[in-house]
Amino acid sequence: MAREITQKRKIVNTLVAWTIGFLIFFPILWTVLTSFKTEAQAISDPPVFLFFDWTLENYAIVQERSDYARFLWNSVIIAVGSTVLGTIISVPAAWSMAFVPSKKTKDILLWMLSTKMLPAVGVLYPIYLIFIELGLLDTKVGLVAVMTLINLPIIVWMLYTYFREIPGEILEAARMDGATLRDEIIHVLTPMAIPGIASTVLLNIILAWNEAFWTLNLTAAKAAPLTAFIASYSSPEGLFYAKLSAASTMAIAPILILGWFSQKQLVRGLTFGAVK
Amino acid sequence: MATQHSRSAARLMMAPAVILLLGWMLVPLIMTLYFSFKKYLPLRGGDLGWVGFDNYARFVSSSSFWPSVQATLLIVGGVLLITLVLGVLLALLLDQPMWGQGVVRILFIAPFFIMPTVSALVWKNMFMDPVNGLFAHLWKAFGAQPVEWLSEASLPSIILIISWRWLPFATLILLTAIQSLDSEQLEAAEMDGASPLARFGHIILPHLSRAITVVLLIQTIFLLSVFAEIFVTTQGSFGTRTLTYLIYQRVLESQNVGLGSAGGVFAIILANIVAIFLMRIVGKNLDA
Repeated sequence: MAREITQKRKIVNTLVAWTIGFLIFFPILWTVLTSFKTEAQAISDPPVFLFFDWTLENYAIVQERSDYARFLWNSVIIAVGSTVLGTIISVPAAWSMAFVPSKKTKDILLWMLSTKMLPAVGVLYPIYLIFIELGLLDTKVGLVAVMTLINLPIIVWMLYTYFREIPGEILEAARMDGATLRDEIIHVLTPMAIPGIASTVLLNIILAWNEAFWTLNLTAAKAAPLTAFIASYSSPEGLFYAKLSAASTMAIAPILILGWFSQKQLVRGLTFGAVK
Repeated sequence: MATQHSRSAARLMMAPAVILLLGWMLVPLIMTLYFSFKKYLPLRGGDLGWVGFDNYARFVSSSSFWPSVQATLLIVGGVLLITLVLGVLLALLLDQPMWGQGVVRILFIAPFFIMPTVSALVWKNMFMDPVNGLFAHLWKAFGAQPVEWLSEASLPSIILIISWRWLPFATLILLTAIQSLDSEQLEAAEMDGASPLARFGHIILPHLSRAITVVLLIQTIFLLSVFAEIFVTTQGSFGTRTLTYLIYQRVLESQNVGLGSAGGVFAIILANIVAIFLMRIVGKNLDA
């Protein structure tokens, strides 16, 4: 009897959840579908869902006309470059805060977090000016630098919460056995820290890839990543739905795939360990 | 215990991150403060001298200030309301037993990974376009007049676009919090005859209160600086000019740096007020 009720409830749950999930996901699905249509089919009334002549020509045209690969390359350099750089700077900092905590550690961590809360628009002109003076405007180097700095607090925080979960006793034991600081780091800590570092890197690549304030304001033609490339479709060109969809699909596909792997880290990373 | 030697090593290891962030925070902040007290028009004469609090007074008394505060509050408030209410409901739903939970979770979360410029443009052109958008087709199918979403209902449209991106975030965090709830407590309540509503009100909601606060504060900070969604849709017209967008226009479009910087100082103060509350919660958690 009770079993039957739970079975019924499970069916209802499944139906409701799948329906809502489909609705939430629909804009993405629709974009991907439209990217395989011709421009005429993309705006046909009534809309066509699956039964159209699938074509890849939009992808070819987007690449040919606007050199999509260049924007993709800029996105990769900026997202990966800033994440790697940020991680190299953050690992020692997070390591020392997790294993050699002092009275000030908490204050430093909270202060780092507070720099993340600084609204970008409040410092837009100073950064713009510094970029002009240093010749960094519309360069990948400049954007990697900014992206490293804005994500540094998140990287330090995430690494810190992961490192803190590594039991301190293991370090003590290694020290007793006469391990030097270097041995400690290479043979004991690194293997245990790798999963945490990997998750941190993953989430930060996603954040940097999607960042759309500095990338829009500090780049023009040369260093523009995909965020800026897509923004250029807000002109009448965006009315070519099939091409807009192809460009969009290519811009979101890599990160969607990475994102699905990082769901768990997302919660920890974006709540600074406040929700686990 | 940590030795003197490891203490100084630790300090050295922290130094690069601390120094970089200190520079990143202080240099632009001081420059913004400096500009905010100057009449500074890079394209029309450059630095025209000190003006005291003139920029602050002019920024606040300009006719676009209060509408921008209103737009900001409506967008932030609207998105928070939608994402928190729906987020709790969806998290409760996802916590129930069902088939294909893993796949459904992925469908729910996906929008958070979409580039803001992509989501804004897809919504603007493919859904909200009054001629070829999917909504227009839908409206016509029911014999209704298609709506010019981004001009006639600009604020709700922007709120929808932004909520679509942040609802998954709220759902995911609230789901994580629900899953950490002790199921025995719920079963005990059920056996004592507590109705589902009572169980929600007396056990689940109190348990979620901290996660809800965290979502509220983090989203507020991000939402106060929403930019791309407005940049590629309305460009701040039709009542969607938020404080962030207004400052952006003053600084980069009309190149009135003094005025924009004064606005920037307001934005920084506003964000800090929210940040203080968030830091308190995060700090408490750090002690635990």
